[in-house]
Amino acid sequence: MVAPAALRVVRCGGSTLHGVRAVFSADSKQVGPGYLLCASGDFVKMYSVTTEETLRLMGGHADLVTGIQLNPHNHMQLYSSSLDGSIKLWDFMDGIPIKTFTIGSKLLALYALASSEDSVFVVIPKSGERDTFQLVSVKLTKAAGHDLEAKELSVVLDGVDASPKRIAFGREGEYVASVKDVNLQVYFFKQKQLNRFSVSAMKTKGGNNHFTCIACHPTEDCIATGHADGKIRLWRNFCHKKEYTFSTLHWHHDTVMDLAFSMEGTRLLSGGVESVLVLWHNESDCQRDFLPRLGSAIEYISMSSDGTLCCTLHTDNRITIINSNLRFCKSIQGLIRSMDVKTGLVVDPRTKALVLNGEPGHLQFYCLQSDQQLFSLDIVQRQYIHQAGLNQTDLVKVAFSAQGKWLATVEEREELSDPGLQLKLWFYDEETQSFKLNTRINTPHEDHITDMCFRDMDELEDDSLILVTAGRDCVFKVWVMVEDTDPEAQQSVSWSCDFVGSYHNYQATNCCFSEDGSLLAVSFEETVTVWDSVTWDLKCTFCHPPGKIRNICFGRLTCSKYLIGATDYGFLCCWNLLSCALEWSAHLNVLVLQPDPLSEHIAAVSWLSKESSLFVFKPNEPRPIYIQKNLCKEKIQLAAFVPRDEPETISSEKYLWLRRSQLFFLTDTQELMTLSTKSLEERLTPSSKQLAVEESLPVTPFSLLLGKHRRQQSQEDIDLGKPVVHNKHEQDSPAVKELLHTPAHVLPSASFLCPIFINSLLISKENKSAEEVADEVEMESEKTEDDSDEERDVTEMEQEDTSPVELLGEMTCKLSKSQEKELRKIRKMDYSWIAAF
Amino acid sequence: FEVHRVRFFGLVPAGVRCLACQPRGGRLALARTDGAVEVYNFAANYFQEKVIPGHEARTVEALCWAAGERLFGAGLGGDITEYDLARLCVARSVDGCGGPIWSMAANSSGTQLAIGCEDGSVKLFQVVPGGIQFERNLDRRKGRILCLSWNPSDTHIAAGSIDILRVFDVSSGRTIQRIMVNYHVQKLKRECIVWSIAFLSSGAVVTSDSFGRVQFWDWERGTLLESHTVSTSAVLSLAVSEKEDSIIVGTSTGATYQFQLLPVKMGSLEKRWVRTKPFQHHTHDVRAVAHSSTALISGGLDAQLVIRPLMEKMQKKGYEAALRKFTFPHRRLVSCARKARLLLFQFSQHLELWRLGSTEETGKDGEVLPLCRMPEHLVQLKSKGPEHIYCSSVSPCGSWVAYSTASRFHLYRVQYEGDSVSVEKVPKVPKLLLPAYQLQFSSDSDSLFVASARGSVHVLQLLEPGGCKHLHTFQPPSGSPEAVYLLASSADGHWLAAVGGDWAIHIYNLKCFQHHCMVPMYSCAVTALAIHPVTNNLVIAYSDQQLFEFSIPQKQYTTWSRTVQNCGLHKVWLERDSPITHITFNPKNPSHILLHDIYMFCVLDKSLPLPDNSALLMNQSTLKQLPETARQRQLHAFKICKKFQPLLFADLLDENCLVMVERPIMDIKTQLPPPIQQKKFGT
Repeated sequence: MVAPAALRVVRCGGSTLHGVRAVFSADSKQVGPGYLLCASGDFVKMYSVTTEETLRLMGGHADLVTGIQLNPHNHMQLYSSSLDGSIKLWDFMDGIPIKTFTIGSKLLALYALASSEDSVFVVIPKSGERDTFQLVSVKLTKAAGHDLEAKELSVVLDGVDASPKRIAFGREGEYVASVKDVNLQVYFFKQKQLNRFSVSAMKTKGGNNHFTCIACHPTEDCIATGHADGKIRLWRNFCHKKEYTFSTLHWHHDTVMDLAFSMEGTRLLSGGVESVLVLWHNESDCQRDFLPRLGSAIEYISMSSDGTLCCTLHTDNRITIINSNLRFCKSIQGLIRSMDVKTGLVVDPRTKALVLNGEPGHLQFYCLQSDQQLFSLDIVQRQYIHQAGLNQTDLVKVAFSAQGKWLATVEEREELSDPGLQLKLWFYDEETQSFKLNTRINTPHEDHITDMCFRDMDELEDDSLILVTAGRDCVFKVWVMVEDTDPEAQQSVSWSCDFVGSYHNYQATNCCFSEDGSLLAVSFEETVTVWDSVTWDLKCTFCHPPGKIRNICFGRLTCSKYLIGATDYGFLCCWNLLSCALEWSAHLNVLVLQPDPLSEHIAAVSWLSKESSLFVFKPNEPRPIYIQKNLCKEKIQLAAFVPRDEPETISSEKYLWLRRSQLFFLTDTQELMTLSTKSLEERLTPSSKQLAVEESLPVTPFSLLLGKHRRQQSQEDIDLGKPVVHNKHEQDSPAVKELLHTPAHVLPSASFLCPIFINSLLISKENKSAEEVADEVEMESEKTEDDSDEERDVTEMEQEDTSPVELLGEMTCKLSKSQEKELRKIRKMDYSWIAAF
Repeated sequence: FEVHRVRFFGLVPAGVRCLACQPRGGRLALARTDGAVEVYNFAANYFQEKVIPGHEARTVEALCWAAGERLFGAGLGGDITEYDLARLCVARSVDGCGGPIWSMAANSSGTQLAIGCEDGSVKLFQVVPGGIQFERNLDRRKGRILCLSWNPSDTHIAAGSIDILRVFDVSSGRTIQRIMVNYHVQKLKRECIVWSIAFLSSGAVVTSDSFGRVQFWDWERGTLLESHTVSTSAVLSLAVSEKEDSIIVGTSTGATYQFQLLPVKMGSLEKRWVRTKPFQHHTHDVRAVAHSSTALISGGLDAQLVIRPLMEKMQKKGYEAALRKFTFPHRRLVSCARKARLLLFQFSQHLELWRLGSTEETGKDGEVLPLCRMPEHLVQLKSKGPEHIYCSSVSPCGSWVAYSTASRFHLYRVQYEGDSVSVEKVPKVPKLLLPAYQLQFSSDSDSLFVASARGSVHVLQLLEPGGCKHLHTFQPPSGSPEAVYLLASSADGHWLAAVGGDWAIHIYNLKCFQHHCMVPMYSCAVTALAIHPVTNNLVIAYSDQQLFEFSIPQKQYTTWSRTVQNCGLHKVWLERDSPITHITFNPKNPSHILLHDIYMFCVLDKSLPLPDNSALLMNQSTLKQLPETARQRQLHAFKICKKFQPLLFADLLDENCLVMVERPIMDIKTQLPPPIQQKKFGT
């Protein structure tokens, strides 16, 4: 559709991406149990409330999404606003943008009201003044067409805060209340009256009473405001300038982050940094309930329109769904924002998940496809105490062996004198599907460990696995597995030190194995040393003064004879290992040097004059393949290549390096970014649609039957021992779909189609034996057929009124199916229609 | 100055037991746990206008105003007492015939009193001129009646008892509704005490109970309308504003809460009671609350009376809008013998005479000097009988001590022989019109002035060795029904100024025993006055913080006083919330006037210019940092020191020796019973 233009930088997780309150879709018969819509970076995500799955990703905004609101006149539609200055109207059931309204200036918050017919409210910066914002109402024209301009703005309130939490609309849209600093202003639309109130700015006992958030009672004239000192004030009688009054609720000891009233207004929810959700009954100070231990500070609270569910968004990118009697229901965990990502970005070879620091002392496995946490591994295994000034033990280094069978972690205390180092080796237990602690080594080095790597060899046996650690105590150590001789030991193997190497008493800073594992490069301050990994002889040294070595890595595949190093003084050097000479060098202040494990390409991220730039090169040529200047404004700290499940078809020569792996970056504000060749619309994954349809299936006898079938299948999947089967068949489905969607009369002969069909299923499972694959193919094809069948049915059911012609067309395309299936389908259709009535 | 910082005055003020606002009036009556009754005047900046000292056998459980200006009290003694506010004593007392009386309420017109007794009876009394008359008994049931309230149309009475509240019909005397208060809480075995009750004109009955609830009942149907749990401990008191749109409740944790009747939606008629503002001014039980038209008033067992103005009812921000906390009486409880360096402390039942310590060292400004002789407790005089002491005084030479109770006047001769002290009662004290409201010795210690009722002042001549003679009685020429409560005599023994309850200041000539003149009337209460020893100018401090200087010989205000009035005093000075309680002079520098209130001590230098509103009033600390030349420009008449707090008494012993009597609040708190333990976050 769109020619592959320049690469786009796409935010895909992490940081404080949940910038606004989540929205529950309205509960209605047609929609079913309901969805949760959430702004996440440049996208709007739709989660299923019942299964916590990401159903749809609605992208189209070119900058952060700053507000989402259901269309009050059509509950199947959603407005979203973004910093790029546009409001989009979505049909979120289908993920289709219906209209785009361009406004022009940055939009910082969005509000929609049932009482205002065709206008929405947005917060925009006041032109000409810095840091002042105003609330304006925007008339959305009803003209036909996809892209519209909305220019009719009328200012409602001046001097509002940019945060969406600090404006609220009251009962039936009669008034709007906004807070900023110590001032509350209430504007009554009908009377055109503006009342201002303020709390005393005096700081009491260290806390200040600045307003932090606001919520309006849905049926009464009551405004709840949260304050930075932990108080909640309930304002009443604010239609009088003088005789207003307020009462105070106080439980939080620190800032109240967000407030929400229940639909009837009898209950008030509040949350803050205590990570406790507080439920206040009847605005009474004494009656309150708590939901403690929510993990991290609550940033936003939202209620569903029927009041059965509420949802909290946390600072660590988690969404928690809580039911009406304050029970924890579900949680959707995104990328946890940790204090400091010391481990770097590591890819788990087994799950292809990104592995990095999570909660303090934990390692998070983050699935990039679904933007969800797979699991969190407790490494430190110690209670974390939230208190300033304590020296916490934290995880600093992580390394995986080639197949992900072994995991090595290093933890240390935040103390300079006695870091209390521990090296832990974890073995992946197939039965429990988790890592088990195998060996713990206390004080592996005298001083901080600077780098760690496994010998990365796919074909070698387990017992030749080698771990190398480089420490600031001027040595690197080689660890090997040894058989345990002690019969009482529960494990058969453990790890012990095999070799200690040093070089002129310099601090070891980096270590790296060559691709075939025969050479180990260890950098000692200004020098790179190359060692034979069998005899542990020092082979040669390289040096590029001045400047200490910051990063080193070996080239891959055809370029495996090269060693790349980056120095502090801004030089990128490439040494030829055969000639032991400098091949080329370039002046570049490289922060991150990351080789692609599946190709020769190496990505280097530089930091120059307040912007990050990306250079991709092959070691054998000094000219970079690809340069992207101004990747982003923030400093990029870490990067990782994540192998794709299937190679992407990339037309342009320029982007070939993205074919097999995807590059992810983590900036210092902990935003996870990636590069994408696709245009905005294309990024909608095809699988999500299908899932959405499955989700909204009404419960019919057939769906139960189908469910049973699917469960059976998933059991079989587990038997086959592939945990990510779900993803895989999703990837397959386009090919299958293509086959099935083509009308029968234009299809080539079956003998021609068959190998393509089978091939499309084969690609991702090369390591399986032929029989297994055959079995699987049969099963999967059947299943996908089923899936697509039922999918079509349901779409028919939903769009009954759209076009009977289309329906007929689809009927004809299935003439090739067996009689039995025809019958079943007719039965199925009957059921679904009945259910619809 | 050499300052004696006195902290050995062990005064523990009695807790506030009940409060009563005069309906449509500007006065507040307060009863303390020791039986003392005080009257505060709203118009005069909440000045403590009248004090009726307590009586051992007479506790006051309830106070109410009836028939306009008449104040009635009832207590556990079983008597209903009427107070004579002009003579500041008990006018008459009637037995309630129902055992201890727990509650009393007057109807809206003030013609009838209802009392609730220990035996469960509610009795009605008719208020007649010159007393009260028993009218009838209402339906009697078991259980003491702890609180009573008339409905605004005077047809029904709601009475709160233990576990139950009843509504009586006044005309028939029948119980027409019984409501079990803890009907909804069946599991609890504890009894629920209805501590306070109020009958609203809408037909709702508001109760506050020991479970910490404030409940609104529909008395006709006997159903619960609203229930607000305010506290985990008891809600002891409740008061409704006259417009019935606001309620204040006081709890045993020391917190008070306001309830307001607010419309649910803008413009709609549906209204609901909403708990709005919490206030935590007290540390102990809030036994009494009152709701005036502009302020919430609460009194607690910690002896504090807190007046919290409602900001929204205020027209402007001024001294009326200040939060006031009264702990100590606005009276002088300490008298000082300047020459003998003695202090006399007045307690409710006894007097203590102390000799100040002394030192021989000298030091720099702000230095603490070591004492070479510790302060010495010389004598403790116990008053006889159940009555409490009205007033006391010690003569400047220290050899005479006088005090007065409601029915007796005592004069003692104190003789010092080395370290031993002998106290001898002066026999044959002349029969005077009792009680005495203020005692003042002349500066040469040979005569005693006794302030008495009807505006009269007696002059007694003291005779050596231990005798006295009645010389003369001054009467204001026009006559006055009110008692004299402040006296000031001149140092040369020529003049005497007396202030009565009608705030008129009369000046008498002592040499020829004649009424000299009257200071022009001012619309506020006099809080302190003194005659300058050199110029014989009378300096007067009023409760609205105004200062006047009146020249006695010329019978007119001095020019300085006129400039003060023309320029106006500093805004901060006028916004202070406690009245000036004592004035004295510096003999070394005649232009210095020394003033103090509870929170500050001020040297007023008449020779310096008055500060205007833009200047800093409390500028002593900034002045210290300035160089000499700049300091001269910044100087103004008020030199304020806030080092000593709370200051009960300050006086100048001689030219460079000052005595300050402090009573730290913390010391009082330690002598009170421990308050309800509350967990405080972060402690």
